[in-house]
Amino acid sequence: MAPSSSDTILEADYRDWIALLKPRVMSLVVFSGAIGLLVAPGHLNPVLAFTAILCITVAAGACGAINMWYDRDIDAIMRRTRNRPIPAGRIEPGPALGFGITLAAGSVLVMGLALNICAAAILALSICFYVFVYTVWLKRRTPQNIVIGGAAGAFPPVIGWAAVTGSVDLMPLVMFGIIFIWTPPHFWSLALWANDDYRRAGVPMLPVVAGAKETRRQILLYTIILVPLTLVPYMIGFSGIPYGLTAGLLGIMFLERVYRVLTDRQDAKGNSLTNDAPAKAAFKYSVLYLFALFGALAIDRLIG
Amino acid sequence: MSEKSPLPAPAAEAKRRRRGRSWAILIVLFGLCALFYAITIVKMAHF
Repeated sequence: MAPSSSDTILEADYRDWIALLKPRVMSLVVFSGAIGLLVAPGHLNPVLAFTAILCITVAAGACGAINMWYDRDIDAIMRRTRNRPIPAGRIEPGPALGFGITLAAGSVLVMGLALNICAAAILALSICFYVFVYTVWLKRRTPQNIVIGGAAGAFPPVIGWAAVTGSVDLMPLVMFGIIFIWTPPHFWSLALWANDDYRRAGVPMLPVVAGAKETRRQILLYTIILVPLTLVPYMIGFSGIPYGLTAGLLGIMFLERVYRVLTDRQDAKGNSLTNDAPAKAAFKYSVLYLFALFGALAIDRLIG
Repeated sequence: MSEKSPLPAPAAEAKRRRRGRSWAILIVLFGLCALFYAITIVKMAHF
């Protein structure tokens, strides 16, 4: 929504440009990228390791800026996003797009020059996937947007691994798979209670299209697939018993929370009668779950 | 001698924001220079 002439719109300060990078999303990207670096076989100079993580972080921020440029119309409709710098009128769309493209190109270039071509190529692929496949193609067209688009957020550990080794192996692909399968239950737990926003904006999130009941069922289904997948690093001998036990325990706790989401008190249409308290708890736990799981993987590798 | 009249509030705020942006750009530029220098030193050490 364009600001009216009576509004006093101040020009953007540096915090608005930082907000374009979606810093809250960045934390998981930085963390999973760093874990990819840490668990990869081989040694990387600390300066180059820092550069690799910086490139992954900046690329993620660039994706956020391009996403905000493309989604500025629906951001203006949703309560959660309408105060973002572009819909609020503090930053013009053109400069925001230019900012995103410059950061994306710069991060790939520096990754290629400082680390290796393999890492730079996967970084470029992840940016293209997020922008073209998720943002432009899937997000507004299909309730599977989060499932396939989740791949974009699963790239960082693969990039971190490639930065050290110059190649891709089975283990980074398993880490990719874990984030890929984790994303739907994580995001749909949020979508269950942010449902109205997505409905108003016409974004076909699963709760909007298939209803809350089906969403709860799908959350459980993906979590049931996720838990055994997290045990693969132990089963293929990449990590030891400490990781295996931690992954099992964290998985059981995740399943328990997701089961509560499924059995939440609800009306005939599936609308929660508890203000979606179990979904909120599952969403919070899902963030902690991934941090704890990958943290355990890194610690197991470092002490093992 | 007449005193300088203070800037109206929106103009003062805009100036403050511009100054903040300029400092941020300066810090980023210095950071990048330091990083590229460090990368060059590390890369040269491998030759």
